[in-house]
Amino acid sequence: MSRRSSIVIEHLRQEQMEALLKVGKRLDGRGLTDYRELKIETGLIKKAEGSALVSLGNTQVIAGVKIEVDKPFPDMPDKGLLICNAEVLPLASAYAEPGPPDEAAIELARVVDRGIRESEMIDLSKLVIKENEKVYAVFIDVSILNTDGNLFDATSYAVVSALLTTKIPKYEIINNELIKTNEFINMPINTIPISVTMAKINNSIVVDPTNEEEMCMDARVTMTVDEANRVCAVQKGERGTLSIEQIKEIINLAIYKSVDIREKIKGVVYGKEKEQ
Amino acid sequence: MGKLIQNGIRIDGRKFDELRPVKIEVGVLKNADGSAYIEFGNNKIVVAVYGPKEVHPKHMEMPDKATLRCRYHMSPFSVEERKNPAPSRREIEISKVTREALEPALILEDYPRTAIDIYVEVLQSDGGSRCAGITAAAVALADAGIGMRDMVCACAAGKVDDTIVLDISDVEDKEGQADMPVAYLPNLKQISLMQLDGKLTAEEYEECLNFALKGCLQVYEIQKETLQKRYFSEVSKSE
Repeated sequence: MSRRSSIVIEHLRQEQMEALLKVGKRLDGRGLTDYRELKIETGLIKKAEGSALVSLGNTQVIAGVKIEVDKPFPDMPDKGLLICNAEVLPLASAYAEPGPPDEAAIELARVVDRGIRESEMIDLSKLVIKENEKVYAVFIDVSILNTDGNLFDATSYAVVSALLTTKIPKYEIINNELIKTNEFINMPINTIPISVTMAKINNSIVVDPTNEEEMCMDARVTMTVDEANRVCAVQKGERGTLSIEQIKEIINLAIYKSVDIREKIKGVVYGKEKEQ
Repeated sequence: MGKLIQNGIRIDGRKFDELRPVKIEVGVLKNADGSAYIEFGNNKIVVAVYGPKEVHPKHMEMPDKATLRCRYHMSPFSVEERKNPAPSRREIEISKVTREALEPALILEDYPRTAIDIYVEVLQSDGGSRCAGITAAAVALADAGIGMRDMVCACAAGKVDDTIVLDISDVEDKEGQADMPVAYLPNLKQISLMQLDGKLTAEEYEECLNFALKGCLQVYEIQKETLQKRYFSEVSKSE
């Protein structure tokens, strides 16, 4: 058996974790399919058109949305642009290092981007100022502030919450000149995609793994589910494998867990709008 | 009826559950410890395996097993518009998932303190190049004589014009509704790569996965044939 930890205390911790999993428990007292506490705060960065700070247990990430006007891609002249990026900052843990993003950070950004894009969360066709010439470009940048496992979901929730609260400054073309008006338009939203990440440790499936659990996991699966309970994006990661039965279990689990989290995000985002 | 499927036939003339033509050759590069070339539809991919060998840089060395490294790369001329030769974010992600798809089949514990490098070079790209690359890489690893628990075969399935189909081509990927690449260890019955772009209900997901696994098994037969032809016919010649 391959073991990722080499320090004795981690071995003991791992044995304890595996013994607990067999009876349906986890080191931090959660059940196998329980999420850690999810906290969301939106609109805290005034310079950004949308922002959200998300904590999932001790994992903490911040997402900011900036809107610019750009040329559309030649193959999609009638669509706005969507660019999503994530970075694990060197302040996020003792093991994070400065420098260009490594393959894990690239995978993180691409999987989160895929969930937003494939669910068609944003109606990009409504982000056109003039076809072929000027469209809105939505830049979403995520900074990981503190890592304690499940960066995929924390990042995705931050991106979704930031997008839901984004106000786009309205531009108009008058006499062939691009003019920024004083008006704002809401982000055109089709659906709220929810990412659910599950880890396989030995033969148990747990939801929302902590850093400690990620050190011991064989495989990781992230599934993004839209409001119609369709799976829109999937990424299996790590060296372990899954059986067909486990995949069926995971699909149902992802669909089931996504409902509560979507309600939670809606509550925070729309609750706040009512207050204003 | 949509534009990609008409009268039960796909745009390139295939049935729903039909693979594109697949051809694999083994031992195509002289310097490599193992190599393979695959044509999967219009994909043309060459794979080299080097190792087990000394690890550089030294800090990547592991005391209990081999360090597996993988580079998936597309040649600038492999696509319609020239691709910048520098590794893109897409290529870095595919390199990672390719390595993770192959690793469970390899007995890396047999080669501690060494490195095994896999280079996947896409010379001409069609849809499904990561699956074709994984398929060829598994054959190249076997050719290199690396200890393996199982073969790894890969194939994608997807949804086109509201229909689940096997082995998505380039056009079907771009115009279609979903693409699910899958890699499979056929004897251990384990899935080592699974990704999805596009929307599927839970029922469609299962159907799509079953389609992909059927495709994987067909690919597995071609892998076996290729290796048998290469190794068993040579043995009989020398005897």
